[in-house]
Formats: sequence, structure tokens, C-alpha cells
Amino acid sequence: MTMIFGIPLQAFLGQLLIGLINGSFYALLSLGLAVIFGLLRVINFAHGAQYMLGAFAAMLMLQYFGISYWFALILGPIVVGLFGAFIERTMLSRLYNLDPLYGLLFTFGLALTIEGTFRYLYGSSGQPYAVPTQLAGGTNLGFMFLPIYRGWVVVVSLVACIGTWLLIEKTKLGSYLRAATENPVLVQAFGVNVPVLLTLTYGIGAGLAAFAGVLAAPIYQVSPLMGSNIIIVVFAVVVVGGMGSIMGAIVTGYMLGIAEGLTKVFYPEASNIVIFVIMAIVLLLRPAGLFGRDA
Amino acid sequence: MSDMTHTAAKPRAERSATASMTYAIFLTAGLILLVLAPLFFYPIFLMKLLCFALFACAFNLLLGYTGLLSFGHATFFGGAAYFTAHVVKEWGFPPELGVLTGVVGAALLGLVMGYVAIRRQGIYFAMITLALSQMFFFFCLQAEFTEGEDGIQSVPRGHLFGFIDLSQSTNMYYFVLAVFLIGMVIIWRFINSPFGMILKSIRENEARATSLGYSVARYKLGAFVMSAALAGLAGGVKALVFQFATLTDVAWQMSGEVILMTLLGGIGTLIGPIFGAGLVVTLQNYLATSDFPVTIITGVVFMVCVLLFRRGIIGEFYASRLGRKLGFEHRR
Repeated sequence: MTMIFGIPLQAFLGQLLIGLINGSFYALLSLGLAVIFGLLRVINFAHGAQYMLGAFAAMLMLQYFGISYWFALILGPIVVGLFGAFIERTMLSRLYNLDPLYGLLFTFGLALTIEGTFRYLYGSSGQPYAVPTQLAGGTNLGFMFLPIYRGWVVVVSLVACIGTWLLIEKTKLGSYLRAATENPVLVQAFGVNVPVLLTLTYGIGAGLAAFAGVLAAPIYQVSPLMGSNIIIVVFAVVVVGGMGSIMGAIVTGYMLGIAEGLTKVFYPEASNIVIFVIMAIVLLLRPAGLFGRDA
Repeated sequence: MSDMTHTAAKPRAERSATASMTYAIFLTAGLILLVLAPLFFYPIFLMKLLCFALFACAFNLLLGYTGLLSFGHATFFGGAAYFTAHVVKEWGFPPELGVLTGVVGAALLGLVMGYVAIRRQGIYFAMITLALSQMFFFFCLQAEFTEGEDGIQSVPRGHLFGFIDLSQSTNMYYFVLAVFLIGMVIIWRFINSPFGMILKSIRENEARATSLGYSVARYKLGAFVMSAALAGLAGGVKALVFQFATLTDVAWQMSGEVILMTLLGGIGTLIGPIFGAGLVVTLQNYLATSDFPVTIITGVVFMVCVLLFRRGIIGEFYASRLGRKLGFEHRR
């Protein structure tokens, strides 16, 4: 059997794949956080809850309406995005003139409320969601066995990340968003409806989180706690990457996911904390984060 | 600023005389209540309340008086609980030394976490403290001495100074009350010291404090360690009260809870967090018997507080007509 650093190649590649999958979710979620923070100056603590809502939306739509995975992949983000837009319009938008810490506290309360409600309704144990038949099974790549669904997740999340990056960097809407990030008053003076832009941004961010949630449903168990488990790690990812750049958030997400996967091979005890350790080291060496401009 | 203009009608000296008079009356009444409380309430409940009140006041030292939102204070509270429980149970330390160990341990944790976290400000600071405390949570989950999911159980309360038997709940209550009062006096002295004044100036305008020649980072770190040590005092005593230390105390939900207590009572008021802690602990006790999850209530209260009621109970009272008449000034 081929060995790499004294570890069987199969185990190595297997963990690398898991790392890549986790990295896909970190990238999608930190991307959404960065988009929201860029314009709203709010750290969306409810991002994890919105991710969980996406997974639940997929599961409930299948249970009650027989809506398949493919439609859920589109409908889930839309439903959660609308919910996010509603929250932004009615409540979050009242906090923009205050210290940004209030936005964090508000979304923290929102996350607790959503999570508590789902725990009350569905219990805290996870529920399975079947892999869609078209993506079931796996292929043997010769050097390892690849479950098709996992490959799909990596590809789709990469597409979603690049798509969002293109939307923000290359389209008219994106240029409005970037302009409003720099100077909202001036952009409003040019006749752009900035409040609507803010609502739209929060909706898109929440939708992205829900999209990640639907993708995650067949891999992890659908559970009310899935969001709060991941959001703290994503915060560390965001600190490492710095929220200055969208690309930075994406790249850091994948990098840290892989780092976590590899730690599982070499020193499993530390795999839970490796991302936090990396965060601490980056802060000591480069306080602004790897891609950050703001200190 | 608008509250200032209302009170400006009264001469300053007279106003502060009314204020110190009111303070004295409230303080005496509060002390009498605390001393007599075990006659009317279940002592364990009161002790829990005092521990959380001290924890929230320690947290407020950082948020209210330095302007730093830590999302990782569970580390100091729960960490100290583990340290105290371990040295008392396994090494046979007396309770006073056990609590001291917890305080020192929490202060050291605070030094490490603070050293890393003060490199960023505002919202990043909150996220970094949260991430580091999650790291400590995983450490506690895997470390040997915390006994994993079970936690450290049946910690003996022992004899204070060798002769006061703390297994009697009345004795224990007065011990906890004494610790609470000592902690409050320390906090009060701290925020009214020159050090505390500089912290407030950092909160108001960090750039200016730097330009006046203060080493802002060092002051922030000092405040962080102080707050961590006092949170550790509360956590160590709590371990003795309940005779166990578990993962619940180091989980991020605990960090959230203490933020809620402070926000609810009034950020930046000396006694606000006590009332906030009282409300939250009472609510938890009340809901403990029903199957309705506390998380939902906590979350909703959080949202309502942030949206409508940012000054908190005591802050609103100070800013109200009655509060002003009694001579209080609302200082953020």
C-alpha cells in the first residue's frame, strides 16, 4: 500500500476529501458573512441558524409536499432569504446608527430564538435526509473511493462562491453594492435606493447560508444544533481571512477546511481546535488577518 | 446629553448630596435584604443568584467600563469552577485556597486570551473571544482532569479557615454573600480608581487616549485580566455551592447568558447586572419545571432589549424622571 508521511494514502485522501467538504461549507458561510458585513456592518450571528433553516426547509418540503432535493436547492434559499429580508426590514434596519455590537447581539438573540423554536418542535436529535437518487453511489478513482454526492458538493459550492464573487465584482448591481459599502450617503444622492440594497444584501446572505444548509442536509444529520456548531468555526475563519475581501473569505474557508482534515490524519485529538489555534497564530503574526485591509 | 440639561437646573453640589444620600439609603436597604434573605428564600437559589450577579458585574467591568464585548467569559467562570473543584476534591485544598486557585487560574486564562484578542477591536474582538473560548471548551471536553461529559462531581465544601462548616447552607450563604460583597467593593474601587478613569476614556475615544500617551493595549489587557479574575471568583464559589463543575459552565451559551444579564440590567451601571442576573436566574428557575425551552425566551428578550431598551432596567431608571429627581445621573 502506498504511504505518505507514514499514513496510508487512502486514509490521507479520505480525510483530505472530508476537509475539502467542510472547507466548502466554511467558504460558503464566511462568504455570506463577509457580504453582509461589507455593506451592513453587522456580524450576522444568525448565519448558523439560517444555514440550519435551509437544511430544515429541504427536509420539511420533502416530508410535507414531496418537493425533491433539486427544487429544495432553489426554494429553500428563496424562503430563507425572504425571511431574512423581512427581519432586516422590520428590525435589524433600526440598529444601523448604533454601535455595530448591537447588531451582533440582536442577531445572537435571533439565532437563539430560531434554534430554541426548532429544538422545541423537532427535538435536538438529528434526522436523516436521503441523498438524491441521481447523486447516490460513488465511483472508484483508482486511488480512492469517491461518493458522488460529496464530489457534487465541492463542485457546486465552488460554483456558488465564484458566482457570488462575479456578481459582486463584475455586475452593475455589484458595483452599486461596492459603492454603497464605500459611501452610502453619496450613492443615495445618485438616486440608488440604498435601504432596498441593504435588505437585498441581507436576503442574499441569508439565502447563501440556506443554500449551504440544503447542500449539507444529506451529508450531516438535519438537526437544530447544526448551525451553532459551525458558526463559531466560521467566525474563526472570518477572523483569519479578514472580511476585507470576498475572495479572501473563500480561499481561507477552503484552506482551513483542508487544514482541519489533515490534522485529523496526523493528530486527531487536535482536529477540533486546530482552526482556533491557527486563528491565534495569525492574530499574533498578522493582526489584520491574511487578506484583511482593516485593522 | 439631553439628560444633562434637565438636571442642570439644580446646583451640582446639592445634586450630588441628594445622590449620595439616595445611594446610602439604597445600599443599606440592599444589605439588610441580603442578610435577611435566607429567612424567606431557598438558600441555594440565593447563592446561585449572587454568583451570577458577581459574574455579570465582572463582565460589565469590561463591556460597560472599557467598551470591550467579550463573547468568551464562560471560559473564566467555568474554568475557575473546574480549577476550584479539582484542587478541593483531588488535592484536599480548603475552600478559601480552592477559590483562590480558581481566581488565579481564571486570571491566567484571561491574560492569554486577552493578549491574543486585544489585537483586534470591536466586532472582531467579540468573535475572537468566542472562538478562543470554544477552543477552551473542546480542551475541557478532552482533558483528563475535567472528567469529560460527567464533570467533576460531589466536590466537598469543606471548612472555611478550618473551623466554619460550609456544608451547612446558612454558613455557606454568608460565605457567598461575603465573597459577593468583597467582589463588588473591588469592582467599585477599580472603576473609580485612576486606572478605571483611563479605561473609560479609552471607551469614549480610543485614539485620543493613545494620543495622550496612554498605552491603550496594556490598559485593555489589565481590564481584561481583572474582569477574568472576578468572573473566576464567581465561578470558583459556584463550584462549591453546587458541588460540581461541568461543561455547561464553559459552553458558549454561558457567555451569551452573562451578556444578557448585563444588557438587561444596564450596561455600564454598577448595580444593573445584579438585577439582570436576578431576573434571568429567576426566569430559569421558573421555567426549569416546564418543558418550554429557556433558549426561546432568552433569545426574544435579547432581541427586545437591543431593539427597544438598550439602557437596561437600571439605566432606564436612572434616566427616568424619578431617577433624576433622586439625583442619579445616567452615564451611558
